[in-house]
Amino acid sequence: MAQKAIPLEKLPSQTQRTSRTLRSEALAPYLFLLPFVALFTLFFIVPIIYALYQSLFRSERNGLGLGAATVSFNGLGNYLDVLRDPNFYSSVGRVLLYGIVQVPVMLILSLVLALLLDSALVRFKAFFRVAFFVPFAIPGIIAALLWAFFYQPVFSPIVKGFQALGLPAPDFLGPGTVLWSIANIATWTYAGYNMLIIFAALQAIPSEIYESARVDGCSGWRVAWSIKIPLVAPALILTCIFSIVGTLQLFAEPQVLSAISNNVSTSYTPVLYAYTTAFSNNNYYYAAALSVVLAVITCIFSFSVLRVTQRQAGV
Amino acid sequence: MRQQTASVPMPTARELAITRQARPPRFDLSTMGAMTFLLIFTLYFLIPFFWLVVSATKSQSDLFGTFGLWFAPNFNLFSNLAQVFTYNNGIFGRWLLNTLLYAGVGSVVGTFLAAMAGYALAKYVFRGRNLLFSVILGSILVPATTLALPLYLMMSKVGLTNTIWAVLLPSLVNPFGVYLARIYAASSVPDELLEAGRIDGAGEFRIFTTITLRLLTPALVTILLFGFVGIWTNFFLPLIMFSDPALFPITVGLQSWNVTASNAGANTQTIYNLIVTGALVSSIPLLIGCIILQRFWRGGLGAGSVKG
Repeated sequence: MAQKAIPLEKLPSQTQRTSRTLRSEALAPYLFLLPFVALFTLFFIVPIIYALYQSLFRSERNGLGLGAATVSFNGLGNYLDVLRDPNFYSSVGRVLLYGIVQVPVMLILSLVLALLLDSALVRFKAFFRVAFFVPFAIPGIIAALLWAFFYQPVFSPIVKGFQALGLPAPDFLGPGTVLWSIANIATWTYAGYNMLIIFAALQAIPSEIYESARVDGCSGWRVAWSIKIPLVAPALILTCIFSIVGTLQLFAEPQVLSAISNNVSTSYTPVLYAYTTAFSNNNYYYAAALSVVLAVITCIFSFSVLRVTQRQAGV
Repeated sequence: MRQQTASVPMPTARELAITRQARPPRFDLSTMGAMTFLLIFTLYFLIPFFWLVVSATKSQSDLFGTFGLWFAPNFNLFSNLAQVFTYNNGIFGRWLLNTLLYAGVGSVVGTFLAAMAGYALAKYVFRGRNLLFSVILGSILVPATTLALPLYLMMSKVGLTNTIWAVLLPSLVNPFGVYLARIYAASSVPDELLEAGRIDGAGEFRIFTTITLRLLTPALVTILLFGFVGIWTNFFLPLIMFSDPALFPITVGLQSWNVTASNAGANTQTIYNLIVTGALVSSIPLLIGCIILQRFWRGGLGAGSVKG
């Protein structure tokens, strides 16, 4: 920036054309960025500020709940309420339990599938790649509707299969199982997508590395464990962070299953709780505070994953 | 055309190289184990889709009465399709067009904006560049659903809820696209070429449209696909922004049918076959697009993740 600005003033002998070109070159990045940054500010930054602002108010109705509600400044009162809200804790606890199980299971599955597709063991690679990718082309809400048919005893081919064998059929919508039925939908939808990200990183490893490993007499397992996995660590971190963000945002799947199971409450996940608070209870101010706390929790988790993994990998 | 022939042999050559360096494939124990593992998961990934295809050919009563994973004696696909597109005065077709409009316009314009921003961040030195890039990068971690709520309140303040702008405008912002475009532009747009353009007297915008956009094509396809799939599958934002069914995209529309069907009770379940057939119809365009463009997509992801 400095190198470009100084010659412009110090070189009066430059022709008019050149100085105009230099000036337009200095201005160009701002013009290129303007449309994106304008929309980004309007639909990303302003909503965050607005949510922070809204979260400082509350609406009150008189004792009978009649008449217009009055809006008053509440300071950090909503945040204190969130921190004392058992519904909030149970919803966050639930998605954390879910994430601790679902994210590692899905990512290990994606990694193993990607390593197998990258190995020399397997044939028909193009077929498998497309097959694993099919679920990602199905919108999450449709995937949830689809699996809902597998979970409801009246439709479920799984339940019918168990019954045909004379075995007790599993209850996919029970109080202890419905969370894992949701985890299955998410794993089914995103495992192939994560596999593709890891697979792309594997394909980018230069083949000379394998040749030297082969000269050193490394086995296929050894190559996978000591060369491939460390080299695709950035891709694994990326998929891990996306999965954590996705977990804390869990909404469509529990919303669909709540229509067919009594075990999915209106505060089942944090986003579902914020949605109910805003649109069923019309308490936008409290919902704004819930959103802010949730965003902070998400950022804390993503950044810790980034920090821990970077320290481990020594990047 | 050139792009295509250039990008296809790359992975193939690499795959050949791997196969060549290994022994000629024989069916030893590890191959069998690996293939079995992959086949089991192929079934896991494909059976629900197979169920969807089978169920779309069934009548309402066969959907309840027959085994889900095989065809019923009566083939009802065409009557189901006719019903889907005529139910409620053909609102399903409307939803399909809405989705196409939101995803099409949103991803094309969004990709162009992301390309400009990413290019500027990669190829120009200016004040605030690093700060801006950090903010954009950090915003990828902000959950979209937490933004949706304040966005709804803002939109309702200016009277834009329940109009297409409520979904279309936020969809144009694609921070992950900017990140990908920056990485791609940094590695595949040579400074010499830009200088040559400047010496030839081309303006900065002309250099962008004639040189940069062409060099960025593989990355742009990736960003476009990401954007398209992201908007097509988006559920939360349109759910809260729209109350008029005529504006719904397909995701919100089908869920509204699902809620109707579940609330109707056991005796009057009349539209489950419509939900199933509608779900199949709505997945097909995306499925075809993804399979055809998978090669492009893979290349773009590679650059994004390895250097990230």
